[in-house]
Amino acid sequence: MENMGSYEDRYRSFTWGMAVRELEYGKGGMYNIGYYCCDRICERGMGEKVALLWEGFTGDMRKYTFNDLRILSNRFANVLIEQGLTSGDRVCLFMDRIPELYFAFVGILKMGGIVQPLFSAFGEEALAMRLSDASTRAILTTPKHLGKVRRIRPNLPDLELVIVLDARGKSLGKGEVALSIDDVTGRDTFDVVPAAPDMPSVLHYTSGTTGKPKGALHVHSSVIAQYMTTKWVLDVTTEDIYWCTADPGWVTGTSYGIIGPWSCGITQVVLDAGFSARHWYAFIEKYRVTVWYSAPTAIRLLMKEGMEPVNHFDLSSLRHLASVGEPLNAEAVLWSEKAFGRPFHDTFWQTETGSIVITNFPGMKIKPGSMGKPFPGMEATVVHPKTFQPLEKPGSVGLIALKPGWPSMFRAYWNNLETFERKFKNGWYICGDRSSIDNDGYYWFVGRDDDVINTAGHLVGPFEIESALLEHPSVAESAAIGKPDPINMEVVKAFVALKPGFRSSDDLTMDLMNFIRRKLSPLAMPQEIEYVESLPKTRSGKIMRRLLRAREWGEEIGDTSTLEND
Amino acid sequence: MQDDVKRLIIDYIKKEYLDEDSDQEVTETTKLISGGIVDSFSMVSLKMYLEKKFQIKIPDEKATPEAFDSVNNIVTLLREFVHS
Repeated sequence: MENMGSYEDRYRSFTWGMAVRELEYGKGGMYNIGYYCCDRICERGMGEKVALLWEGFTGDMRKYTFNDLRILSNRFANVLIEQGLTSGDRVCLFMDRIPELYFAFVGILKMGGIVQPLFSAFGEEALAMRLSDASTRAILTTPKHLGKVRRIRPNLPDLELVIVLDARGKSLGKGEVALSIDDVTGRDTFDVVPAAPDMPSVLHYTSGTTGKPKGALHVHSSVIAQYMTTKWVLDVTTEDIYWCTADPGWVTGTSYGIIGPWSCGITQVVLDAGFSARHWYAFIEKYRVTVWYSAPTAIRLLMKEGMEPVNHFDLSSLRHLASVGEPLNAEAVLWSEKAFGRPFHDTFWQTETGSIVITNFPGMKIKPGSMGKPFPGMEATVVHPKTFQPLEKPGSVGLIALKPGWPSMFRAYWNNLETFERKFKNGWYICGDRSSIDNDGYYWFVGRDDDVINTAGHLVGPFEIESALLEHPSVAESAAIGKPDPINMEVVKAFVALKPGFRSSDDLTMDLMNFIRRKLSPLAMPQEIEYVESLPKTRSGKIMRRLLRAREWGEEIGDTSTLEND
Repeated sequence: MQDDVKRLIIDYIKKEYLDEDSDQEVTETTKLISGGIVDSFSMVSLKMYLEKKFQIKIPDEKATPEAFDSVNNIVTLLREFVHS
């Protein structure tokens, strides 16, 4: 029997207050997520239960109990306080998926700091932009990524402290501190900052169509929704071995790679390695993974490798599979039933929502290709794109809208009140995705309502790519769009007009691709570059990405009345 | 000939995919994809480099993370397409 029981009964009767009572959230005046991830679990007699089984790409393994997690996060909290950090400071985590990342995340929350996790593959410009916007005061990193931090630091006056984990005798400069958390002694206890439900906790950056990336600010009470959705949607029990494949540089890796499972007292496994079908299957077999939360891109890569590696491993431990990041195509659902004997359950949510909002629940009939139904406690609909009135007729395509008030809703875009306020219309939070609802109440994803590129489940802003391309000496103007891709749903394609004196060539294409990869990230790197004489623009000079995208997707071009050279 | 090819690929990987301050060793057996040096997105630029350098076309279905997971694997892949 699934944790949720009957969806219909739950949807009718559930209130968030029930989750608050179950989690005992606020008992004794304690609201801090860090406490709910380990101290509370220990107080409930599960201190010796394994919290983290970690494996590196070379096969080295480490094991930590909830009591270890409590102590090691306390050490981080103590060290950060000793270094002069205080409540409300933004503290960035910039490292691979090593165990210290997880303990530091919890430790920062415990001392009242705001965790700012950033994807370790970010290039210098992407990193600098996000640290500058958040006025980040400290960054925790490793020698592998220290070079990037050092090169951008002169332009970041607020970044006072660089903590280098496992510095291995590397010579450090001014404002750089070495830390080996295993060697810290006498700091195993810490009075967790009680926090308040609306006190900021985590700052995740996400990309939009225009302007710089936006910092979605979350608060401590988000744990209520992350706890409940982990229990009902991912269906975990205390007997499970849970694997979330997401990197904590992105919201899935923190909401469901740290807060959700640990607030439920679940053992989770982490593999710090790049993708390899055989390696992933061997990992599932070795640790007897039971609940697996992954992404459509990874599932399609596994499909590409075929059934041979599936049959080579014992994957019989798997009992529940879920997916996030982009719509899960029906073929992938059907393939997973064939390969693993059970379907992947698509889940829909965003950096801004903080937790799963529309989903296929365990035990509920899956319609392959559908996003599923709203989580109990969520009021969801699709609204007209101009009037923002709910569309009552089944099958009508509109914008997905959520009634504000769920516990994990973001509370601000950092330093960007105007954009934050624009996300709310007619009393609804507008997700920016288009969908329809069928007669049975299932949501069906149609597409984004803006120019943001969703590649492998990560949002990439075209403006960031275009701005970076303009910094290349050969580029006069550029436009970036998402083009269809069978594995990643979309990949970046750039249209480039060259300056006089430059000619297109394979060498230039490779140079431009690597230029963006180094500056921004591999995700932002155009997988294709098309050279053009000029770009289609409106009469006011704005590049019409919509036109380029429509051509690429074979869609109707639509209204071109504002086109400059029509 | 084979050693020259391996050296060429290793040099390109170190130049393009490792941080300029990195002291990480790259050998013919170093795990590139599963070891996190080259991700599946960056594989596209590595594939393009190999295609241009050796004047070949590697079909997308052959460009799997496994095939690019070490310099030795890449050389095995190249043997299918490079005719000396």
